Amino acid sequence: MNRRTLLALLTGAVVAAQTLPAAIQPAHADALATIEAGKLIRIAVPQDFPPFGSVGADMAPKGYDVDVAKLIADKLGVKLELVPVTSANRIPYLQTNKVDLVISSLGKNPEREKVIDFSVAYAPFFNGVFGPADIAVKDAKDLSGKTIGVTRGAVEDLELTKIAPADASIKRYEDNNGTISSFLSGQVDVIATGNVVAAAILARNPPKKPEIKFLIKNSPCFIGLNKNEPALLAKVDAIITEAKKGGALDAISEKWLGTKLPADL
Amino acid sequence: MNYAFDFGWLADYWPVLLKGIGITVELTLVGGVLGVSLGIACAWARALGPAWLKPVVAAYVEMIRNTPFLIQLFFVFFGLPALGLRMGELQAANLAMVINLGAYGCEIIRAGIQATPKGQFEAGASLGMSRIQTFWYVVLIPALQRIWPALSSQIVIVMLGSAAVSQIAAEDLTFAANFIQSRTFRAFETYFAATLIYLALAIVLRQLLRGLGWTIFPKRAAR
Repeated sequence: MNRRTLLALLTGAVVAAQTLPAAIQPAHADALATIEAGKLIRIAVPQDFPPFGSVGADMAPKGYDVDVAKLIADKLGVKLELVPVTSANRIPYLQTNKVDLVISSLGKNPEREKVIDFSVAYAPFFNGVFGPADIAVKDAKDLSGKTIGVTRGAVEDLELTKIAPADASIKRYEDNNGTISSFLSGQVDVIATGNVVAAAILARNPPKKPEIKFLIKNSPCFIGLNKNEPALLAKVDAIITEAKKGGALDAISEKWLGTKLPADL
Repeated sequence: MNYAFDFGWLADYWPVLLKGIGITVELTLVGGVLGVSLGIACAWARALGPAWLKPVVAAYVEMIRNTPFLIQLFFVFFGLPALGLRMGELQAANLAMVINLGAYGCEIIRAGIQATPKGQFEAGASLGMSRIQTFWYVVLIPALQRIWPALSSQIVIVMLGSAAVSQIAAEDLTFAANFIQSRTFRAFETYFAATLIYLALAIVLRQLLRGLGWTIFPKRAAR
């Protein structure tokens, strides 16, 4: 075999490898049809962001996002393949078709909407002012005379500094642990923090339960999927909407965030 | 290196820094005065006090000298409320600093007291001085004079250590620097400014303590 035939064979093989899958599948395969035909859905979930996704002691992924992924695979009646991603690579995984869906505490913004589609919201993600039931605070004005704990430099610190009345006393702690301790030890009346942090406090079942008083910034999580997949989008939306009505999503929220879904989700 | 230094934030944030300096000075003043007083009382108890008091004071001193200041502070601020003893961050910071300096001061002052020759006690007694007079004029003042440089250093250390109180949201100089850094992201400039201010505070405090030593202690005999 001389060099020229080898080259020709190699070229032929490369061309065949590229055209062969296209010959088997139609050029624009409908993702939903592919999933149903293959009996398998690949979903990207976080592995470093509890309570949405983390790795348990048994090395199995667990969390809010993992449970939603299981719910969707169940409703589709297909096998689930969980693909662990980081917040940096979750959208590239979707764009390069390594996964069918991204359920990875993904927030919606215009930049992302240019490159991928979003389902309806499936999880609450917000920060706000939290306090025990016996403290009457409905908006920023009611913070007058109150002591508020917050983590220094966090988004809620910057926002609260703008909206809090002059006679509210803002105590800024180094990290979330300081903020949590200040609340639990009664050094502050209320705290401004994220719902995930509030969930972490609730998980310890403390005597003082942080309840949401008012929202500072709301950025719920959506399921990401590739553009031009109307069938899959409609199916996912239908599953999530039904799970909200039927209480399945409430149960997941109770399990991981300690509270039912907010009414506006 | 293409980092552009910018101290423009000083125009907006100097009141924050000034307030931070005020709190640090206040903490040092209260902590220093009460801490040295507590140290004197404990040093008396450990060196000359009744037998039952000695182990109690020894336990306190060892406990404080062998645990981190930050933990003592967290215990006072976050721990004590569980026992119903709740205080603000400034009170907690003051209390922790007094307790801390009290223990270190105790050991420094005790060293001065125990270096007093026994003959001086007897000399005091033979001059018809009361026990309190003897302790004050014959034992304590010369003892303090002997260990004044060491005690001054300890007070400066406590002032620098007060940086830890920013962790319980007391708004001292370190808190001010952290706060400004979290708003301007000018880490080099803010901490550089804080460093210079701490340095100036420490030098001024040392000179003040030295001057105080000159005024309260009799001149040493020329050697």
